[in-house]
Amino acid sequence: MSEALVAVEAAGAGTSAPAAPGARQFWRRLRAQRAALVAAAVVALLVLVALAAPLLTALEGQDPTTYHPSLIDSARGGVPIGSFGGFSADHWLGVEPQTGRDMFARLVYGAQVSLGVALAATVVQVALGVAVGVASALGNRWVDQLLSRATDIIVAMPLMIMSLALLAIVPSSFPRPVLVTLVIGLIAWGNIAKIVRAQALSLKGLDYVSAARLSGWGAWRVARRELLPGLAAPVITYAALLVPTNISVEAALSFLGVGVKPPTPSWGQMLTDADVWYQAAPQYLLLPAGALFVTVLALTVLGDGVRTALDPRAASRLRVGTGRKDAGARDFGAKGSSAKGSGAEGSGPTTKEASA
Amino acid sequence: MSGFGGFLLRRAVGTVVTLLAISVIVYVVFYVTPGNVAQITCGPRCSPEQVHQVAQQLKLGDPLYLRYWHFLEGLFVGQDFSTGTSVAHCAAPCLGQSYQTDQPVLDIILTKLPVSLSLVLGAMVVWLVLGVGTGVLSAWRRGRISERVLTAVTLAGTATPVFVIGLVLMIVVCGELRLLPFPEYVNLTDDPEQWAWNLLLPWLSLALIEAAAFARLTRASMLETLAEDHIRTFRAYGVGERAIVARHALRGALAPVIALNANNVGSAVGGAVLTETLFGLPGIGQELVHAVKVVDLPVVVGMVLVVGFFVVLANAVADVLYAVADRRVVLA
Repeated sequence: MSEALVAVEAAGAGTSAPAAPGARQFWRRLRAQRAALVAAAVVALLVLVALAAPLLTALEGQDPTTYHPSLIDSARGGVPIGSFGGFSADHWLGVEPQTGRDMFARLVYGAQVSLGVALAATVVQVALGVAVGVASALGNRWVDQLLSRATDIIVAMPLMIMSLALLAIVPSSFPRPVLVTLVIGLIAWGNIAKIVRAQALSLKGLDYVSAARLSGWGAWRVARRELLPGLAAPVITYAALLVPTNISVEAALSFLGVGVKPPTPSWGQMLTDADVWYQAAPQYLLLPAGALFVTVLALTVLGDGVRTALDPRAASRLRVGTGRKDAGARDFGAKGSSAKGSGAEGSGPTTKEASA
Repeated sequence: MSGFGGFLLRRAVGTVVTLLAISVIVYVVFYVTPGNVAQITCGPRCSPEQVHQVAQQLKLGDPLYLRYWHFLEGLFVGQDFSTGTSVAHCAAPCLGQSYQTDQPVLDIILTKLPVSLSLVLGAMVVWLVLGVGTGVLSAWRRGRISERVLTAVTLAGTATPVFVIGLVLMIVVCGELRLLPFPEYVNLTDDPEQWAWNLLLPWLSLALIEAAAFARLTRASMLETLAEDHIRTFRAYGVGERAIVARHALRGALAPVIALNANNVGSAVGGAVLTETLFGLPGIGQELVHAVKVVDLPVVVGMVLVVGFFVVLANAVADVLYAVADRRVVLA
C-alpha cells in the first residue's frame, strides 16, 4: 500500500513540481536544523534592533547625525579622545574620527538602512521575477521568446557595473536609499524569473492545472489560484538567499561612495575610510565590518536552512545520519522522496540550459 | 556533429543579439533620459557653447532611431569629433570622448585594461584551484571533522563582502605583520616578480569569496556524482577510493563548475571594482567609480559597454565549453 502511495506522490510530483511541505511541516524541518535556528534568532534580533533604533538611541541619549567636535583631538588629526575610540557612558561604542558622530547611533540606524534596502529590493526582485516568469510560462510562443530573451539579457548584465552606472545619472535630489533599492531591484530579477518560468512550465503540464484551464478559467485566475501556490517553495528559497546578497551589494555601493550618502548612515559607507583610522580608532573598522559579517552570515545560514526545509529531497537528509558510506545506501532508504527531486529542477545552470 | 555545428551557430547568433540588445538598453538608459542630455553628457562644468557642441555631436535634433544609428555607426566605423577649432577622428570602435578630460574613452579603457585583466584572471586561477580543491576534499572527507571545518570556513567565506576581506587582509598582512608592502601596481612587462607580489593580496581578496561558492558547488556536485550507479559499480569492481574521486567522480562533477565560472565573471567584475578601489589599483573599476562620482557620462557608458561585452562573451565561451564537457546539452 505504501508502495502505491509513493507512486501516486511521485506521479503528482512528476517533474520536480510541488511536493513542497506545508507550513507546519516547513517549521518542523526548519526547527530540526540547529544552525538555522541560531541564525533565525540572530536575524530576529537584528530586525528588532533596526526597528527599535530610535528607541535605543533615545535611551543612549544620542543621535546619528550630530557632530561632537569636543570629543575629537584635532591636534592628532581628528582621532577620538579617550581609549578605544572614545568609549564612554555617553557614547557606548565611541565616536567617529573627525566628525565625532556617535558610533552606536550610526550602527543601529545603519541596520535600518541595510535591512530596509535589502528587503525592499528583494520584494521588487520577487515581484518582477514572478510576473515575468509566470507570463513567460503562460503566454504564447512569442511572449515567451521575448520575455526569455529579455531575462537572458538582464542576467548577462553585471549587477555592480550597471548599478554604478545608473547611480551616476539620477539627480542627487532623489532620496538615496530608495534609489539604491530600486536600482538593485530592477537589475537583479533575472534568475528568479528563470526559476519561476521553469517551475511554472512544469506545473502547467500537470493534470490539476490543465483541468482548470480546460474548464475555461482565464490565464490570470489560473496563475493566481493554481500556479502561485506551487511556486511558493522555489520562490521563497531563492528570495531567502537574495537578501544577504542584496545587503552585500548595498554595502559595496555605499562603500564606493555612490550608494547611501552621509549623513544617512550605512555600514558599507562607514567602512569607506576605516582603513586610515584602524590604529587610532579600531572600533570604527571593527563594528561595521562585524555587523556586516554577522548579518550576511546569519541570513545566508537561514537561507540555507529554508532551502533544506523546503526541498522535497531534504527529508531524508535531515533524518539519516551523515556517515561517509551512506551516500549509496541512502538511495535505497529514500527512493520515493529522492525520485521527486529529479527532473528539471528549477535552479542554477540546469534552468539556464532548459531555457536555452 | 551537425548537431554541434548548429548549436555553435545558435549560440553565436544569440550572443550577437544579446550584445545588440545591451547596446540599445545602454543607449536608451543613458541618452534618452529626461532632462538635458547634452548637459549631463558634457558634465556639470561645461559652458553653454560646449553643451551646444555636444548636442550637435549627439545629433539631438534627429529622431531617436537615427540617433541610435549614429551611436552604432560610431562603434563600427568611427566618427569625427570637433573640438571647437580642430576636428579629430575617432576610429572604430569609437566609444566617444570624455568632455571632462578631452580623451577618447577607448584610450582611457585601454590604459586601464591590463590592470583589471591581471587582477581578474589571476584571481580566477586562485579561486578555481582553491575552490575546486576544497570542494573535492570536503566531499571526500564527508562526515569527518575536517569536512565540518571546511564547510564552516567556506560558509564564512561566502558571507564576507569582498571589501571586508580585503580590508582585514590589508590591515593584518601589510599593516600589522608587515609581511608585504601595501600593494602598488607594477606592470607585468616591467617586473613580473613585483607584479605578482603586489597583486597577491588583491587576488586573494577577490578570490576567497568566489572560491567559497565554488567549494560549495563542487562539494554538492561531487556528492551527487559519488552517489550515482556507475560509481557504485566502480566500487564493486574494487577500484580504489582515491582513483574514484580523482579520475571518475571529478570529471562528472566539473560541468556545473564550468557553468558557474561563466556566471561568476559578472560578479567577479563587480568584485574587481571593489578590490581596485580598496587597494588603489589603477584599473577599469577604479576609473568607473571615479567617472560615476564626477558624472563623466561618456566614460561610464563606454565602460558599461566594454564590460558587458566581456561578460556576454565569457558566458558564450562557457556555454560552448559546457557543451563539450556534457554533450547532452546540445540536444536541448
